[in-house]
Amino acid sequence: MTALFERLATAASTTAFRLSAAAVIAFLLAAAAISGFLFWQTNSVLTDQVLGQLRAESQLLKAENAGGGPAAIASAVMALSRPDGAGLYFLADERGIKIAGNLNRVPPELAASAQGGVFRYQPQRGAASPERLAVAIPVDLGPGQTLLVGRDIEEQRAFADTMKRTFLLGFGALSLLGLLGGLAVSRLILNRMEAITATSQSIMAGDLSRRIPVQGGGGELDGLAQNLNGMLDRIEGLMCGLREVSDNIAHDLKTPLNRLRNSAEEALRDARGGEAYREGLERTIEKADELIKTFNALLLIARLEAGPLEESLERFDLGALVQDVTELYTPAAEEAGYALAVETSDGMQVRANRQLIGQAIANLIDNAIKYSRGQSAGGAISVRAARDGAGVAISVGDRGPGIPAADRQRVLRRFVRLEESRTQPGTGLGLSLVAAVARLHHGEVRLEDNEPGLRVILVLSNRVLVDAVPQERDGRLALAAQ
Amino acid sequence: MSLCSSRWRLRETGAAASTFVRQAAKEMRELRQGWAVAMRVLVIEDDRETAQFLQKSLKENGHTADLAGDGEAGLALAGEGAYDVLIVDRMLPRLDGLSVIKSLRADGNRTPVLILSALGEVDDRVKGLRAGGDDYLTKPYAYSELLARVEALGRRTVPEEQQTRYAVGDLVLDRLSHRVTRGGEHILLQPREYRLLEYLMQHAGQVVTRTMLLEHVWDYHFDPQTNVIDVHVSRLRAKIDKSFDKPLLHTVRGAGYTIRDGPV
Repeated sequence: MTALFERLATAASTTAFRLSAAAVIAFLLAAAAISGFLFWQTNSVLTDQVLGQLRAESQLLKAENAGGGPAAIASAVMALSRPDGAGLYFLADERGIKIAGNLNRVPPELAASAQGGVFRYQPQRGAASPERLAVAIPVDLGPGQTLLVGRDIEEQRAFADTMKRTFLLGFGALSLLGLLGGLAVSRLILNRMEAITATSQSIMAGDLSRRIPVQGGGGELDGLAQNLNGMLDRIEGLMCGLREVSDNIAHDLKTPLNRLRNSAEEALRDARGGEAYREGLERTIEKADELIKTFNALLLIARLEAGPLEESLERFDLGALVQDVTELYTPAAEEAGYALAVETSDGMQVRANRQLIGQAIANLIDNAIKYSRGQSAGGAISVRAARDGAGVAISVGDRGPGIPAADRQRVLRRFVRLEESRTQPGTGLGLSLVAAVARLHHGEVRLEDNEPGLRVILVLSNRVLVDAVPQERDGRLALAAQ
Repeated sequence: MSLCSSRWRLRETGAAASTFVRQAAKEMRELRQGWAVAMRVLVIEDDRETAQFLQKSLKENGHTADLAGDGEAGLALAGEGAYDVLIVDRMLPRLDGLSVIKSLRADGNRTPVLILSALGEVDDRVKGLRAGGDDYLTKPYAYSELLARVEALGRRTVPEEQQTRYAVGDLVLDRLSHRVTRGGEHILLQPREYRLLEYLMQHAGQVVTRTMLLEHVWDYHFDPQTNVIDVHVSRLRAKIDKSFDKPLLHTVRGAGYTIRDGPV
């Protein structure tokens, strides 16, 4: 019981409850104003009706008096006065003695009034019956005579009472329902909030895999939960990336470091002396350079994953860049025995990181040349850049051994090198870097079968495209190009 | 210490005299050294070991180097204007490298600056150049790369844009007609080969690294993985050297290339 009370108290202290209570109060005030107005309006209509009847009757009786004198009016009043009728009459002479009518006296409430009004009277049925409410107006019959014409309005009063009671009951029910509704709503929200709080607490405690439950109704709380979950996914991804980087550093950097150390030791042990030292040192520097390369690539990927690079955004023609990078590799490819065919569409002005996209294209072409080796000579490498549905697609296809479908996602990860490629030089970071560049430009990397060979497609989102109107390179870009 | 006091004296005699003395000294050094122009370099670097390594290595290559251990000291020394090239580390105590460069530039000091930085990201480079740096080298670097860049920067004081004709031996490149001849014989080059040769001849006698070629001829600041540049250079070499007795385009082992008429 106390637990329930406590839960209610918590629910009552929530913002949601306060808001719904305020809404209920506002609604009740509005309802009270409307029903009060209705009540007053009904009442005045009914009163006007009764007064109209009384005035018409008093005109008739006045006419009777004018035509037939005191005797005629007395008989008319007598005829109208029925015991227990709705019409009430009182006719008296100048001394105040009753001549006719079903009222016994001038009601004390009206004694001083010249306009008439509301009064209570005792019906003639018997002393036991309750007092009833009536309204009466005096009729001017000239000096000496007093005539009151009235109507019993006990029924109207009963109607009004019923109306009042109904309204009050309605208000009571409304307030109660509003209160309960508010409590229920806040309880509901509180439950969701508690779920979110509990999740975030366990996340703060270190369990990054937890997610906020989504109920699937598509409401704004679900929207919030989905957004928070999206945020958590991103954070978890970054954390995983970080963990992966440190794991990679542990594994993939320590091994070459060890090799570097070995080569230095080996040279030192070499009996030939001076000449061997020179060779050993040269080998050591070579290995150090490789390490630096790997290290730089790792850091660059980590930086790209961390978010946009605004300073180095440039506006350039993507087709021209693709042509340009391909041209850089053409002699090297020809030397290796492959033709580089390039095909780009015009008018692809983009605002993006030129150096990074250049690096990505370079990595793809370099891979294509590297993995075409050993295959039938003359296998062409094709580089294409064109708009496609989602944005701009830059694709590099080779006629090499390709990558089995099962491994295609895996090779995008850092340091993943397939068995067949272990003998090739490289850091194992080339495609990861391409994928990071794609993500930075809201795009993706797709690996497809080139039948035969591999086709890697770097897709940049439409967001990097700018309208094709050529513009002057601004000062910043000119500086960057220095 | 003696350097400092001599510079104080220079300052007393006034800026004009200082410029004159500096110019005269430089000309003398150039006469003495021939191709390899001796330069005065100021190294603003807080890591003593690195700074001393640079000082020693630059000296071995015929240059002189002063050291400053923090930004403020570096700014004060650089402000004297007696240097051909400044090597500025980005992260320095008291005053960071970019602020040093900014305040030098604000004072109208145009001494070429090579920024050294552990921050090698794309954005950092742009920031460095925007602050007024002339070149940017990321740590860790090869000393040969640094030397080539320092020498290229030192030569910048000669306004290269005004030169319309480069000549090395009997090889001539005319920048107005875009014509290349050797011994009067016309050599047909692809546009990129022409630009490659133009850059090499601009820096005739100096070592030009592969990275420098990639940056200046292609405008790429990234690692091309394989030595793609070598193939371009060997194609150029086939055109300008192959059918002639005396080779002009030389490979400098462990560093890069140089174009010169004479021994490497």
